[in-house]
Amino acid sequence: MTTTAPLPVERTAEVGDIVASDSSLRRFLHGLPAVDQVGAEARVAMLSTRSIKTTAKAWAIDLAISMIDLTTLEGQDTPGKVRALCAKALRPDPADQTVPRVAAICVYADMVPVAAHELAGSGVRVASVATAFPSGRAALDVKLADTRHAVKDGADEIDMVIDRGAFLSGRYLEVFEEIVAVKQACGAAHLKVILETGELVTYDNVRRASWLAMLAGGDFIKTSTGKIAPAATLPVTLVMLEAVRDFRDAMGRQVGVKPAGGIRTTKDAVKYLVLVNETAGDDWLDPDWFRIGASSLLNDLLMQRTKLTTGRYSGPDYFTLD
Amino acid sequence: MAANKKFEYAPAPESRAIVDLQPSYGLFINGAFVDPVDGHSFKTISPATEEVLAEVSDAGQVDVDRAVAAARRAYNKVWSKMPPRERGKYLYRIARILQERARELAVLESLDNGKPIRESRDVDIPLVAAWFFYYAGWADKLDHAGFGPDPKALGVAGQVIPWNFPLLMLAWKIAPALATGNTVVLKPAETTPLTALLFAEICQQADLPAGVVNIVTGAGETGRALVEHADVNKVAFTGSTEVGKMIARSTAGTKKKVTLELGGKAANIVFDDAPVDQAVEGIVNGIFFNQGHVCCAGSRLLVQENVHDEVLESLKRRLSTLRLGDPLDKNTDVGAINSLEQLTRIRELSEVGEAEGAARWTVACDLPDKGFWFPPTVFTGVSQAHRIAREEIFGPVLSVLTFRTPAEAVEKANNTPYGLSAGVWTDKGSRILWMAGQLRAGVVWANTFNRFDPTSPFGGYKESGYGREGGRHGLGAYLDV
Repeated sequence: MTTTAPLPVERTAEVGDIVASDSSLRRFLHGLPAVDQVGAEARVAMLSTRSIKTTAKAWAIDLAISMIDLTTLEGQDTPGKVRALCAKALRPDPADQTVPRVAAICVYADMVPVAAHELAGSGVRVASVATAFPSGRAALDVKLADTRHAVKDGADEIDMVIDRGAFLSGRYLEVFEEIVAVKQACGAAHLKVILETGELVTYDNVRRASWLAMLAGGDFIKTSTGKIAPAATLPVTLVMLEAVRDFRDAMGRQVGVKPAGGIRTTKDAVKYLVLVNETAGDDWLDPDWFRIGASSLLNDLLMQRTKLTTGRYSGPDYFTLD
Repeated sequence: MAANKKFEYAPAPESRAIVDLQPSYGLFINGAFVDPVDGHSFKTISPATEEVLAEVSDAGQVDVDRAVAAARRAYNKVWSKMPPRERGKYLYRIARILQERARELAVLESLDNGKPIRESRDVDIPLVAAWFFYYAGWADKLDHAGFGPDPKALGVAGQVIPWNFPLLMLAWKIAPALATGNTVVLKPAETTPLTALLFAEICQQADLPAGVVNIVTGAGETGRALVEHADVNKVAFTGSTEVGKMIARSTAGTKKKVTLELGGKAANIVFDDAPVDQAVEGIVNGIFFNQGHVCCAGSRLLVQENVHDEVLESLKRRLSTLRLGDPLDKNTDVGAINSLEQLTRIRELSEVGEAEGAARWTVACDLPDKGFWFPPTVFTGVSQAHRIAREEIFGPVLSVLTFRTPAEAVEKANNTPYGLSAGVWTDKGSRILWMAGQLRAGVVWANTFNRFDPTSPFGGYKESGYGREGGRHGLGAYLDV
């Protein structure tokens, strides 16, 4: 991903009309086509039967590695742990230089200086969660300060959480304005908006929250914090991919998608890529437009990659912990 | 990192090795494979490659006589005397073997029929086993099926089935017939006889008493001999309305009990409040599932005029992702047309559609050089007067019409000589219930399409036939009630 100038938060006349009031925004979001749960899950079940083998699998594994936001979001994180993760991001498999780098490292805001130092000039981006992650339960100025701090320390990307309480109680405009404010605080940094779909529960809510985040200027919509179960699921990602596809058709701006949490195996990752391929299309098969938030996934991808190139499975001890 | 941005799925063919194809097959009569008396045979081919798969016997009148006599003997001496619980045991055993040999059956079905392995593996064969399991459970509970105490079997059932779901149609016919205590002579379609012959092997493997199931292969004349046979008590047919009418004529005035499951021209009705992405999936599943070789296919799309453009745009985008090709490739969505004869009919009716003024749109895709192929096709601007809105095409061809109000949708949906199925797409529960009450169709699907279950009765109104198959209702067709 190349560093781009800050996207001006342009409010086109069309968006202006939609967000003119709480009720106009509600009318718009509730006017989006419904999602039939049974049908959406059936579609995902069918796509999960795609058989991705040999050359297609090799291609998908490399693409998946390059899309990973390698993540550590623990209370016990230390500078040493983050440095180790950065080393892993730069050279996922020390024994094989052909393995691509991951897209980004995703850490808490206070670890941003460490990660920024380790990754400077490498092309691997630094993503920081912000806005009182993971609950989002803090005053707006605290959230904005959190965001500015991370950007100042060198974060290229900000992963914010929406106020699910406000969303579920129907205060859509409040959620919208908060995302707009965070986007402004991001400056040049890209904004990923975490919907926490495990708390929104219905696919109709997921579709509405996706549009809300995109209207507010989010560069990415992201499923989950990873702290709530269920985290990313295939049907939720399907609904979000449909949303970014339809949003681009309607508004002319492409928005990325990031499922995060619970994606642990190569098989899972390939299913997500098939979903991207057959829902949003080729344009999203790129780390600029699709990311996978994960930690343990990377080693499984590396093991499968080695299996494809050497014909043998190596044990987990042949791959670095982080 | 991968430079190529296209996700090209590598070929993922299911292995044919699991299928043990014999060069030639006899008729399955009285528990054994026998040669036809006059020694005639025909070839069955793979519609995807035109490769000859096997020689199959062509049963004549004498062979049908032998099969019916074997079924009569088995009925009199064994099957009608057996305690119902024991009949159930055989059906359960068959169901289990069907599951154990599912992969073999799926590969053979896709080879002989041309349908994608994904469908034979995930839809046809699981349903086949489910049908046997379901009716196995009824065998010793007929007293409680609502037909009075101790309902009696009819005797010998003569069954003729089509080529679109060869083994599934066999299951729909044989499972309820055996559960209710009848014996059967079944004739599979001439283009898809192989899974029925493998089913005969499964009957042997299950130690089913000789003569309870007999399979006679052949074309129309064999079917006629079976249907018109004087010692047949019950005729069950699935196929074209034209042949159905011939059967109705030839059985009129006899004591034979008849069920016919014939053609359809189903309306798939999309309202403006429908869940659009799922409705598009339902349209695709309605008409492109099994290459549109489905009697209950949603071949007429009735879309509310105010969302016509939006739905069509989504539909076309979705159709461009369909993968047409080798039926044995696990990623194939659209397989081969079953026969040259059917392909010719689809081509003819499509040309008529164009000549009558409808706009034709086809997915841009390469068709294999060999075999019978037709790309998914959509006609827009179709009116009720067009032949492609009235006649069953039985192929991957969708006719799109519009409506303005629910009443107009019902009127147009019912304005057909057929009445097998219909689909309703709306987010309003009350409208679904109202529509279901108004539509003259045997099955009405709400926010889904082409879903089948052994517990659910299936059958038609008007020229789509009479009688019901499946569920408790399906028992009545094989009982003297």
